[in-house]
Amino acid sequence: MRVRMRFAKTETMRYTGHLDVYRTLHRTLIRAGLPIAHSQGYARRPKLNLAAPLPLGFTSDWEVADLWLEQPVPLEQLTTAIQAASPPGLRLLDLEEVPLHWPKLTRQVLSSEYICTLLERVPDLEQRIDTLLAADSLPRERRGKRYDLRPLVLALQRMGDDEQGRQRLRMTLQSQEGKTGRPDEVVAAMGIDPVGVRFHRSQLNFSDDKE
Amino acid sequence: MTTPAEIREKIERILPTVQKPGRYTGGELNQVVKDWDQIETKVALVFPDIYDLGMSNLGLAILYDLLNQREDVLAERAFSPWTDMEAAMRAAGIPLYSLETKYPLHQFDIIGFSLPYETLYTNVLNALDLAGIPIYATEREETDPLVIAGGHATFNPEPMYPFIDAFVIGEGEEVIQEIVDTYQAWKARQGSRTELLHELAKLWGVYVPLLYEAHYHADGTFSHLTKLVEHAHLPIVKRIVPRLPPPPTKFIVPYIDTVHSRIPIEIMRGCTRGCRFCHAGMINRPVRERTVEEVCQAIEEALAHTGFEEVGLLSLSSSDYTHVVELVKAVSERFAGRGLSISLPSLRIESLSVDLMDALEGSRRSGFTLAPEAATEKMREIINKPVSSQQLLDTAREIYKRGYQHIKLYFMIGHPSETMEDVDAIVQLCKAVLREGRQIVGRRATVTAGVSTFVPKPHTPFQWVPCDTLDQIYAKQAYLKKHMRGKGLKLNWNNPEETMLEAALSRGDRRLAEVVYRAWEMGAKFDAWYEHFDYGLWLAAFEQAGLDPAFYTHRPRPLDEVFPWEHLSTSLKKKFLTEDYLWSLAGRTRIDCRNQCFACGILPVFSQLRRQTPGEHWQCPEVKSRRVNVTTNGGKFMPVAVKEKRVDVKLEAVRVSGD
Repeated sequence: MRVRMRFAKTETMRYTGHLDVYRTLHRTLIRAGLPIAHSQGYARRPKLNLAAPLPLGFTSDWEVADLWLEQPVPLEQLTTAIQAASPPGLRLLDLEEVPLHWPKLTRQVLSSEYICTLLERVPDLEQRIDTLLAADSLPRERRGKRYDLRPLVLALQRMGDDEQGRQRLRMTLQSQEGKTGRPDEVVAAMGIDPVGVRFHRSQLNFSDDKE
Repeated sequence: MTTPAEIREKIERILPTVQKPGRYTGGELNQVVKDWDQIETKVALVFPDIYDLGMSNLGLAILYDLLNQREDVLAERAFSPWTDMEAAMRAAGIPLYSLETKYPLHQFDIIGFSLPYETLYTNVLNALDLAGIPIYATEREETDPLVIAGGHATFNPEPMYPFIDAFVIGEGEEVIQEIVDTYQAWKARQGSRTELLHELAKLWGVYVPLLYEAHYHADGTFSHLTKLVEHAHLPIVKRIVPRLPPPPTKFIVPYIDTVHSRIPIEIMRGCTRGCRFCHAGMINRPVRERTVEEVCQAIEEALAHTGFEEVGLLSLSSSDYTHVVELVKAVSERFAGRGLSISLPSLRIESLSVDLMDALEGSRRSGFTLAPEAATEKMREIINKPVSSQQLLDTAREIYKRGYQHIKLYFMIGHPSETMEDVDAIVQLCKAVLREGRQIVGRRATVTAGVSTFVPKPHTPFQWVPCDTLDQIYAKQAYLKKHMRGKGLKLNWNNPEETMLEAALSRGDRRLAEVVYRAWEMGAKFDAWYEHFDYGLWLAAFEQAGLDPAFYTHRPRPLDEVFPWEHLSTSLKKKFLTEDYLWSLAGRTRIDCRNQCFACGILPVFSQLRRQTPGEHWQCPEVKSRRVNVTTNGGKFMPVAVKEKRVDVKLEAVRVSGD
């Protein structure tokens, strides 16, 4: 049985990296007492995949994982068991059974949507957005690798301030293997220090092609 | 005063800029958060190194669990911030805070430091400073927290004596509760800080250093210790629990990777082998075991609470656990199907039987670690670890035969009787083990030699022995590096300068407190970390304090020397340690004391506890007599040595006669 889970990674787990999120999820499923399927061979690994890594320091309420179970478990029972076993930083939102033959989760992700909250006010925010969107290319360097950020930015706009009156940006960035845009890079390209920005993934967009 | 809300707000800006910010957030599964304003006594448990290490410390987990079981107490955690975080905290004016509620440490009632080894000392000073708590105990006032410390290093805490209000000597499970009770009673009657210290000094296993004064001879050697108050104990006998209490099972599950991410279950405490260099083996007597059923039950609960993928069955010498094969089989049968892997560290060559290896099959280990320590008969007799090379080779063969490719061997260099031939024998033995591996698993076989340097420890039969000089250690290491070469061979070693510091502090006296303070003042911290340790800085601190490190490390100590740690009693008789030292000089060994009692001193001191808890869980013989009516202190057990009248000799006589 293949199950697709959607979960939130909240404040408490902001600083848990991708690999550790995986481990935390695995332990949650062990605590839930589920019949997790494992890969064969010497290094027995749980059959559990995450859709797209979330950078350190980000929160999200749209993380997706696929899990394989040895025996079918009713979805309601699964939901209850996982919810009860979840640590403070993970919250199960919903889950569904998906066909076993569907392609690997990482290959189905197309883009991510982020909400960025600015801790310090930027007076000319609109102007910076326009400048970025008007650029043909945005050459940047990350970990010694040069790349063009511009084609990875699918959408960028200002959204209403939060309840504390802080400015917010909403952006959609490409999220495919080898072609992934990072919102902290976008913010930096706008001349804003990412340290003063809170990043939150609000949605993952999947391809409809399931073959 | 900084509030938790202010701390939260300030660290929000800092965390994105530091390495591994997950160390500083708390909020993990199974952390205990109580209502601060409703709780009478707040305890901060501090491991003075980074989160990654501290979260793997079992002692801390035990005390956290026990204290939080009390409704009137909350216990929270704090660790040393790594240097990047510390710099950011100091720049932003953030005091050291607890992970659970983010309250600054100085708002807690009691700060409890874990001190397993000496190279954490400067981190304790740094943590106190970062918390805004006066570093010297005498400068603390009624509003400052009570600062206590426990752990293996506190069996000679003298170099830390002016910084800690009270040391726990021995096992903490029971005495921590008594310390809290004493604190609460004191707070209720609004006494002075001195009164609190006087009350604490009455507890069995608690050492309040400021209530004693140390005296020295003209040549700098220790003379004696005097009590400054009548009721202070002298000697201070270590605390033990007669029966190991049920192990904790609701472990905090870190969100980030730590040194050991596993369920740690202590199956046995203490060791009966009597290796003469081994501090843990001398100070953790008597051996007490948990039952197989108790261990299995604990794993069951811990697995449900944590979901950890691995269980560590821990002790000083796990293959010596009476029912080890039965235990491993039971754990495998019950949990292997659920994907739990078993780790059984600290295996003894003699007791790593073929049966045990078979039982461990399927535990998904990549190899085995064994500790021959020495490679010649002569050295083995000196250190009392008489395992023959043939035994090691036979065991290695059995390991390789089962398909394992990697064997790790621990050795020790640096005993003054050791020659280059003894060092060469280590190389030859590793090569011989590798040859066995080659014949069985082929070229994939590996041998990793971890060669550490001998540090003479207090309370061991080697407490009289000088260390090798730096030059000698460098020469021995150079020899190993030159000859331990070739495919499949790997060598690890310790930094000799760090060994020197550990050696000086281990057998230090109160005068070293000034050295520790000056070293910290000059910037020493994280001395256990290669990238931070600066020996030059320590040498400067010794010089400023007018002390010579060689006095502590290289000076041969005469048999009749009084040691500055003798007032802290492990219950081992000095006569026993002296005899064992002399035997080592004569190359005479002792067998496992489960087979023959050598009257080390444990049983006479704790005879009453033994009588109250008969059965095979103690490895010391039973004390059956009820004829001797031992006086108790207000209904509470007090070890014999603390009492006015010493009845220990009589009790022992009774035991031997087999009443």
